[in-house]
Amino acid sequence: MEFVSQHPVLVVSIIKIAVLLFVLMTALAYLTWFERKVVARIQSRLGPLYVGAHGLLQPLADGLKFLFKEDVTPPASDKVAYLLAPFLALTLALTTLALIPFGPATFNILGQPTQLGISNPSLGLLFVFAITSIGVYGVALAGWSSNSKYPLMGGLRSSAQMISYEVSLTLSVVGVVLLAGTLNFDDLIGAQSGRWLHFIPRWNVIPQIIGFFCYFTSAIAETNRVPFDLPEAETELVAGFHTEYSSFKFAMFFMAEYANMITVSCLATILFLGGWLSPLSSHWRWPLYLPAAGLLIGGAFLLYDALARNRGIARIQLTVVSAIALVFGLLCLIPAVMVVIQGLFWFLLKVGALIFFYVWARGTLPRFRYDQLMDFGWKFLLPVSLANLVVTAFVVLVLNR
Amino acid sequence: MTLPLLLFFVFGAVAVAAALLMIFVRQPIHSALCLVLVMISLAALYLLQGAEFIAAVQVIVYAGAIMVLFVFVIMLLNAGNEERTNFSKMAKYIGLPLSILMTAGIAIWVARAGSVLASPQHAPDTAEPTRELSQLLFHTYLFPFEATSILVLIAIIGALVLAKRDS
Amino acid sequence: MNAVPVSYYLVLSAILFGLGVVAFVFKRNIITIFMAIELMLNAVNLAFVTFDRMRGGPHDGWVFVFFVIVVAAAEAAVGLAIVITVVHNRQTLNVERMNLLKF
Repeated sequence: MEFVSQHPVLVVSIIKIAVLLFVLMTALAYLTWFERKVVARIQSRLGPLYVGAHGLLQPLADGLKFLFKEDVTPPASDKVAYLLAPFLALTLALTTLALIPFGPATFNILGQPTQLGISNPSLGLLFVFAITSIGVYGVALAGWSSNSKYPLMGGLRSSAQMISYEVSLTLSVVGVVLLAGTLNFDDLIGAQSGRWLHFIPRWNVIPQIIGFFCYFTSAIAETNRVPFDLPEAETELVAGFHTEYSSFKFAMFFMAEYANMITVSCLATILFLGGWLSPLSSHWRWPLYLPAAGLLIGGAFLLYDALARNRGIARIQLTVVSAIALVFGLLCLIPAVMVVIQGLFWFLLKVGALIFFYVWARGTLPRFRYDQLMDFGWKFLLPVSLANLVVTAFVVLVLNR
Repeated sequence: MTLPLLLFFVFGAVAVAAALLMIFVRQPIHSALCLVLVMISLAALYLLQGAEFIAAVQVIVYAGAIMVLFVFVIMLLNAGNEERTNFSKMAKYIGLPLSILMTAGIAIWVARAGSVLASPQHAPDTAEPTRELSQLLFHTYLFPFEATSILVLIAIIGALVLAKRDS
Repeated sequence: MNAVPVSYYLVLSAILFGLGVVAFVFKRNIITIFMAIELMLNAVNLAFVTFDRMRGGPHDGWVFVFFVIVVAAAEAAVGLAIVITVVHNRQTLNVERMNLLKF
């Protein structure tokens, strides 16, 4: 216990990291469920339905399947690179989330005041780009080390795509940095507080709408998602750079892709959509009850679903889930928790909206051909981001005179 | 053993070990990966000295772009194992000791210079070193900054012309 | 941040530079030799950052490190293009076979 009192910051950080990892892994698993359900509905079918009520245990079944599959290693592969690539991809995808602030509230863990977010460096945005720029190695090494045609082509194409879109990703963000004058995430969100005309929130998506579209498009390309997922499309290159991977290593690539999706959506929320700031006026008291209301109504609906429309084991599962939702909803009514939850609630809502957009794009859009993809990145997105940067710099200069 | 000293030894040991590995592994792709590890540990050392922007630039440009270029070229040229050559007797018995002597000489000379000049009469670190760096880059050193942008343009054109096949 | 003596960083920089020299002289693969050059540049960058910390005042050392990194990027691009061309002509990556000027 004296270790705790001598190194309070370290212990609190370890606790926060453990909580974040647990929440993140669960969120990754249920993001796959969410994606399958939404894409299914877009395609006029129902999605996972049988494994647990409404298919809610499907991610668990998938995880067990991945663990128990036979682990096949291609014989002529380069062992070091083959084993390193999925670890690198997953580790880097998860590390970026240590830099993201989830809410402004300061609360106490073990007597140490701390914030909702693991760290807050003064150059946070630059460090996030540093970590994502090393992420190219995971893909390139995976493709090359498998010693087989399809992964090699997929790996080279995918890594070339990632480094091309990294440039316009970084450039489209510089407009936001110019407007705020800082690279620190807390200050970037703070620069978006306040309102125009008393009710339009001062979020960066309004003055930097072109930057937002460039950023989000580059982000979809950077994370290898539809419509930019040619390197890993099933009809094109078998499975691209992760063809020769099986069981747990494939699961790591899979998780890394979804973790990248979450990271990029969190970044878009912080940079363009005002982070944890509420779009409603702060004079009103009722938005404080929104998280509790949402959870209680959701729990009640699940309970009705459990009791009225299901039988047998599905009924029990849904009752358990609804009970958890109701308990959390009641917890959010405690004043101390209500203050902390407020920022987190808006942040998660915006991130959820962006992820829904990602999944919606996956269900709707056809994919680009590879040369169309590279043309789009270099000949359209890069000049548009540059033009956005120049115009923003000019406007900032004129307005500050 | 304070935390900064411990971190220095950890990252320094990783850097030296990765550099040694870079020399001794046989496949060039493994050498490239070891060099990436050296660069990342050096970025951590820059962070330890308060150079945050330089650490970020080191990772983004050096480890994240230049070494990716190296890795691509190694994959493109399909560089297999290094061939074993017989070093001449001169290289083995005179070259290696001489290079170790040179390294030791530089290390001793530099360590002595470091302890002589290291009187900490400098001003304490400001809260915004990056802002000062940007002031320097865009006011005092503006001409070299613009010159490097032209240099990079020349490099792009040169690389394109050189790597193009004559068809 | 003054906990680590400056001379430690400088000795580390010298060791890395020495390892770069050894790799440059004793390796046979042209790309590995190129990587040894990058290692030497990195060692020098570490020395620059350390000297900048010793000087105090405006961070001229960091400006130099920035320029070294940019120049290294340009050099790597052109150098690797040259390496690709040479390897296509000589069909080998071994520098001992690239001695066309010697008879």
